[in-house]
This record gives sequence, C-alpha cells and structure tokens, in this order.
Amino acid sequence: MKTTVLLILLAIVISIAPLFMVKKQGEGIFGGADDQAKALITTVQPDYKPWFSPIWEPPSGEVASLLFALQAAIGSGVLFYYIGYRKGRSSVETAKPVKDEHASAA
Amino acid sequence: MHIMEGFLPPAHTAIWYGVSLPFVAAGVVAVRKTLREHPETRLLLGASGAFAFVLSALKIPSVTGSCSHPTGVGLGAVLFGPSVMTVLGGIVLLFQALLLAHGGLTTLGANIFSMAVVGPWVAWGIYRGGTAVGLSRGVAVFLAASLGDMATYCMTSVQLALAFPDAVSGIVGSLVKFGGIFALTQIPLAITEGLLTVAVMRILEHYSRPDLASLRLLAKEKAV
Repeated sequence: MKTTVLLILLAIVISIAPLFMVKKQGEGIFGGADDQAKALITTVQPDYKPWFSPIWEPPSGEVASLLFALQAAIGSGVLFYYIGYRKGRSSVETAKPVKDEHASAA
Repeated sequence: MHIMEGFLPPAHTAIWYGVSLPFVAAGVVAVRKTLREHPETRLLLGASGAFAFVLSALKIPSVTGSCSHPTGVGLGAVLFGPSVMTVLGGIVLLFQALLLAHGGLTTLGANIFSMAVVGPWVAWGIYRGGTAVGLSRGVAVFLAASLGDMATYCMTSVQLALAFPDAVSGIVGSLVKFGGIFALTQIPLAITEGLLTVAVMRILEHYSRPDLASLRLLAKEKAV
C-alpha cells in the first residue's frame, strides 16, 4: 500500500511541477494543446474553414468546467464504488475462516 | 486533446469513420462475449470505463506550457483486451463531443481511431510483450499505459499532418509541427497516466483477485 501511495504522490508532483518550471507568462499560457493545434492549422492552411460546428457548446467557461468536474466525479464515483465493494467483500471472505476456527476451538 | 469539431476535411472524416467502424463492431462483439463468459467481471468493466472517464476529464499542465489530458484506456486494455476498450473509449469520446464541445461528431471517427483503437492496442501489445520477456507486472503495466497514451497523441498528430500538409515541407514537416504540440506536451502526462494505472492495478491485485483470476490475468502469469 505504501508503494501505491508513493506512485500517486509522484503523479501529483509531475502534474504540478510544470506550473513552477515554465517561466513564460501571459496570454495563452497553459491553454489547451488543441487550441494550439487549431492555431497551427490556420497558419498551415489559412484558407481552411471548419465545415461543421458543435451542435451544443457550454455557454461559458464556468459551465464547461462544471461538466468536466461532473465527468471526473461520475468516473471516480464508479471506480471507487467498485474498489470499496471489492475491499469489503475480500475482508468478509478472509474473516470467515477465522470465525470458523474459533467455533471449532470452542 | 482530440481533434476539434469541423477541423478535418469531409473526405478525412469519412475515411476515419470507415477505418474505425470495424474496430467498434469488433468491440461490441468483445464486450458482449466478456459479459456472457465472465458476467462477474461486469463491475470491473464499469470501473475500467470509469477510469478512462476520470482521466480524460483531467486537463493537466505540461512542461511545454500548455495543457492536455491522459486517456485512461490502458488499464482496461490490459484487463479486458483492446477491443473492449474501443467501445468504452468511444463512449467517453461521444460524451465529450456532445456535452463538452471537446472533440466532435465529424472528428469522432478519427478520435476513436487514435484514443480507442491505437491507444488500447499499443497498450495491450506492450503489456503482453513485456510480461512475455519477463518484465514484472508493475513495469509492464506502466509501459503499456504510458506508451499507449503517447501512441494516441502521435496518431492524432499523424491524422492532422495528413489532413493539413505544410505548403513547403509537406506531410512530414506538418507532422513535426503537430507532434511538437501534441507529443511533446504529452510526455509528462503519459508518465502520470502510467503511474496512476499501476497504482489502480496494485489496488486491484490486493482486493480484486477473484476478478483478475476470471480474466486469467493472474493464472496466466503463474504459468509463465
């Protein structure tokens, strides 16, 4: 379990480190890579016009972040429901034989 | 990140839909087969999809000064095989295209191919190859998840380079440019995805041995 916690801590460190490593500042810093790709497309092929736009777009950055947070929340809810369920079951299953031993000893 | 709505010419949209369709069909068959043969693993199947759901929602800063997100498909590919993850990854992409304007319907075929076909197949291949040459499961899972993640973003760069070749340096020149955006940014994120996938796998090994045995993940390696 200790190794697992260390792995997760390391993942957190790697995710936060760029915020301190990157010295560039100002507009567009830590923007999405897909926005950069979009900008690149328009420099490579200036006459390209997107021929389809999203059917529905989150009306603001706040609503978009709400939906992203919801996606993460639903995902981790399901994931940790499973882990909790399995943890509970495995502790019940390993507890049983101990109980039987007591019964036979008595 | 996924290719945005409308940012592939119609011909490319059609081709990538065509390429992905057989994989999605094979994936539906694989999911049904898994549920029929190992119904007890359906919760783990849900959890694997959920892992991809969480990870692809997390936009993480990278050393290039931009943000991107992991894919989370490596875990399920190692557990259930790549075809099953084509379906689960496809569902994640559809959700993001419809509700988040992230990716899109015209680019769904291309995005399914990179994130839900190439990523899972590379992850699965590396896991199988890695355990076959005697790597420990932890190392094999780490390499599988991180390189599967990298493969997805390299594929995205290839798709964009094919659609938008540079006027001077052509497809290769374009590939270098798009790779500079997607692949470089992705390196630390791929490492993060590898670490998190190993962490979840360790938890599964601890509490979920019956499920892993059903999927023959434990038994198979004992024989090796």
